[in-house]
Amino acid sequence: MNITRRSFIKSLALNSAVAAASTLFPGISFGAWKSKDLPAGMIQWKKTPCRFCGTGCGLLVGVSSKRAVAVKGDPNCTVNKGLCCVKGYHSIQILYGEDRIKKALVRKNGKLVEVPLKEALDLVAQKMKETIKSHGKDAVAIYGSGQWSIPDGYAASKLFKGCIGTNNVEANARLCMASAVTGFLTSFGLDEPMGCYDDIDHADVFVTWGNNMAEMHPVLFSRMLANRQSKKHVKIIDFATRTTRSSQGSDKSILFRPQTDLAVANAICYEIIRNKWVNWDFVNKHVSFHKGKTNIGYGTQDHFKFKDKAETVDFKEYKDFLNDYTPENVEKISGVSAQDIKYMASLYGDPDKKVTSFWCMGMNQHTRGTWINNLVYNIHLLVGKISSPGNSPFSLTGQPSACGTVREVGTLTHKLPHGVVMNEGARKMAAEIWQVPVENIDPKPTYHTVEMFRALDRGDIRFMWVQVTNPMVTMPNLKRYRNGALKEGRFMVVSEIYPTPTSDVADVILPSALWIEREGFFGNSERRTQHNEQIIPTPGDTMCNTWQLIEVARRLGFEKQFPWSRETYIEDIWNEYIRFHDTPKHRMAPYKELKARSGIQWPFVNGMETKWRYNPKYDPAAQGDDFDFYGKPDRKAWIWLRPYEPAAESPDSEYPFWLNTGRVLEHWHTGSMTRRVPILHRAVPESYVEVNPDDAARLGITNGSKVKMTSRRGSIIMKASINGRGNPPKGMVFVPFFDEKYLINEVTLDAFCPISKQPDYKKCAVKLERA
Amino acid sequence: MPVFSYLAYPVKGAKEELLNELAALDHCEVMPAENEEILILVTDAPNEEQEQELQKKIKQLKSLQSLGMTFGHGDA
Ligand code: SF4
Repeated sequence: MNITRRSFIKSLALNSAVAAASTLFPGISFGAWKSKDLPAGMIQWKKTPCRFCGTGCGLLVGVSSKRAVAVKGDPNCTVNKGLCCVKGYHSIQILYGEDRIKKALVRKNGKLVEVPLKEALDLVAQKMKETIKSHGKDAVAIYGSGQWSIPDGYAASKLFKGCIGTNNVEANARLCMASAVTGFLTSFGLDEPMGCYDDIDHADVFVTWGNNMAEMHPVLFSRMLANRQSKKHVKIIDFATRTTRSSQGSDKSILFRPQTDLAVANAICYEIIRNKWVNWDFVNKHVSFHKGKTNIGYGTQDHFKFKDKAETVDFKEYKDFLNDYTPENVEKISGVSAQDIKYMASLYGDPDKKVTSFWCMGMNQHTRGTWINNLVYNIHLLVGKISSPGNSPFSLTGQPSACGTVREVGTLTHKLPHGVVMNEGARKMAAEIWQVPVENIDPKPTYHTVEMFRALDRGDIRFMWVQVTNPMVTMPNLKRYRNGALKEGRFMVVSEIYPTPTSDVADVILPSALWIEREGFFGNSERRTQHNEQIIPTPGDTMCNTWQLIEVARRLGFEKQFPWSRETYIEDIWNEYIRFHDTPKHRMAPYKELKARSGIQWPFVNGMETKWRYNPKYDPAAQGDDFDFYGKPDRKAWIWLRPYEPAAESPDSEYPFWLNTGRVLEHWHTGSMTRRVPILHRAVPESYVEVNPDDAARLGITNGSKVKMTSRRGSIIMKASINGRGNPPKGMVFVPFFDEKYLINEVTLDAFCPISKQPDYKKCAVKLERA
Repeated sequence: MPVFSYLAYPVKGAKEELLNELAALDHCEVMPAENEEILILVTDAPNEEQEQELQKKIKQLKSLQSLGMTFGHGDA
């Protein structure tokens, strides 16, 4: 072989870049490039979705001697067209951290000790049985994740809801995506976006609502930049509460005061109507108007209950409602100039511009999360810019399978894989497919996530199994929930890959196989299901989370419901699961197709995937000749009258700063994986608090100096970052939550959207002082 | 032996400048597209420390708007 390993790798790197460029810029030419035929066999490439972030990039993992050694973007995957980001590339290193949990651990005399896996699984089953016997079925719970592979969530739902008969199934996607779900359901009657990432190639204008895509969805941000690069007239508007890397890459950055996006969205609609930019053909045919309850509370007390009630209204009532939201009025509330509001309205209103709106946690982690989702849909509906290439209101997901596993499988207390537990037909369908008596499935939801952890604290829940998530870092108002988990008489099982603050409170730790160490499926933001095969061997005693659930189910006596063999269980589960979605509105691709391709978008009907829903040109379930919003009984999309209401807790004289929390590019969620990747760790070695330079000067805080931040719930001391990668406006601080050394959620508030029950991690009040 | 490849987007009108600036850095090979405003960058720093250093230098380039990664290899 006349090629060194290093020059071989470099040739691979160059070839990958050329492939990505050719996909993003068809017809591009590189005069200096000569394709080299590289020797086969040095590295074998296998496809997989990236296991970080809801973008769902297709990756090709290079394997040498059964070890993952390289990553390239998969040019066959239309999500990323050969690109990937720094987390995606380093994702293989998360497999090889030194303190990887490879053995089961059981707490004995207060200490976690290694035991054979079988002993740990026996203990889990025995404790579940005992708890159900002495405290009832609703005393056991499972808390999963948007990083669960689809079969994990499916097995959990079947075991808990179908076999045990409790609706105590929740997942961390409640903390990141629930408002998107209720937004979709209330506006369209069906969950998940109508559009897809191809909208990025077609849009003339992008408005990002409280969404730092350059760090959180970097590959999609790169695709927006590529579109702007090739079309010149394309504009990106960053509408946010702080200045970020996305602001720097955008054509215009507009800052608003926290929570006032509600008012601005209404003001945009006011302007669209005032300027006669309403698309009446569309509105008359496809839209109806509705209002719901107002002053709906914030859920900060235990057992909080809320049920919205929709009332149909007419356009006139909607127009009158908007009279409170003139740009001049809203300027006073929001801090956004009337001129900027009018500018945004003009972009949406221009009939010659295709507009895509993107959002993620900024709108979803919001005590009026459902409302703000509704209000952005209102804008698109008034101008008819929806369900067609480039015209797309698009809620991005944070996690790789928040859609696939949580929203589609339905791993939330009120959900089943098809429909909700309250619906008799949905229960009957589940009972038939799961082969359980229909009476097993309880028609009453139990606890959403925050209430589930409150129930653990109160003692209503006694046994909790946590898989693929780290609630002892991520729960808001964390101290209460950690103390609850540690109380006498609670039993915590944690399936994990590395030690975390959650495994610290465990009575049993089950060692999990991770990502490409097992076969599975993810479902990304754009309704794309993505399969990965097992690419490398499982280390030590680690076991796939799905199989852990099957082992425990069998010990509980549910062999009949979990009959599959170790060789084929993932395929068997997929074949059973897709029976729930076998209609043109949601048909999933068969296993064989998914195995062969880099992801397929549902509905997958007659061998075709669906890029734009509700549009008969693209969607096999849509009828008529233009649009058909078939999710609602009136086959219309709903415009909602939703007012501006303030946040649950706003700054005051005692606690004068907003606290906003979030993520950074290099770290994934609580950092339990990315902090173990040296290059990512060194890039952002610890968390910090971003302080506005004027506030810092006033308080005598310098860059890197220690700051004490206190809320009504707790306090934290950490280093200040001034003029770092993000810059909050005066009166706001921002803290990334990836670092378990600084548990910022001991400071945050557990207020949530009363409709979605999703907590607001972006707004509470704190005071700052030099430490 | 980290090896990465990227698509590098110059700020408006700065393709030549970016090409020259990247080519002047150690461990960087650059290839401009003939008919689009982008460049391909391949980096091969000898170790992670130098990779970090290189990253810092690249990020400081005023002519660079953004990088899209396409490939990565390290001694994982
Ligand atoms: S953008 Fe998200 S899915 Fe894509 S490579 Fe990065 S972390 Fe992975």
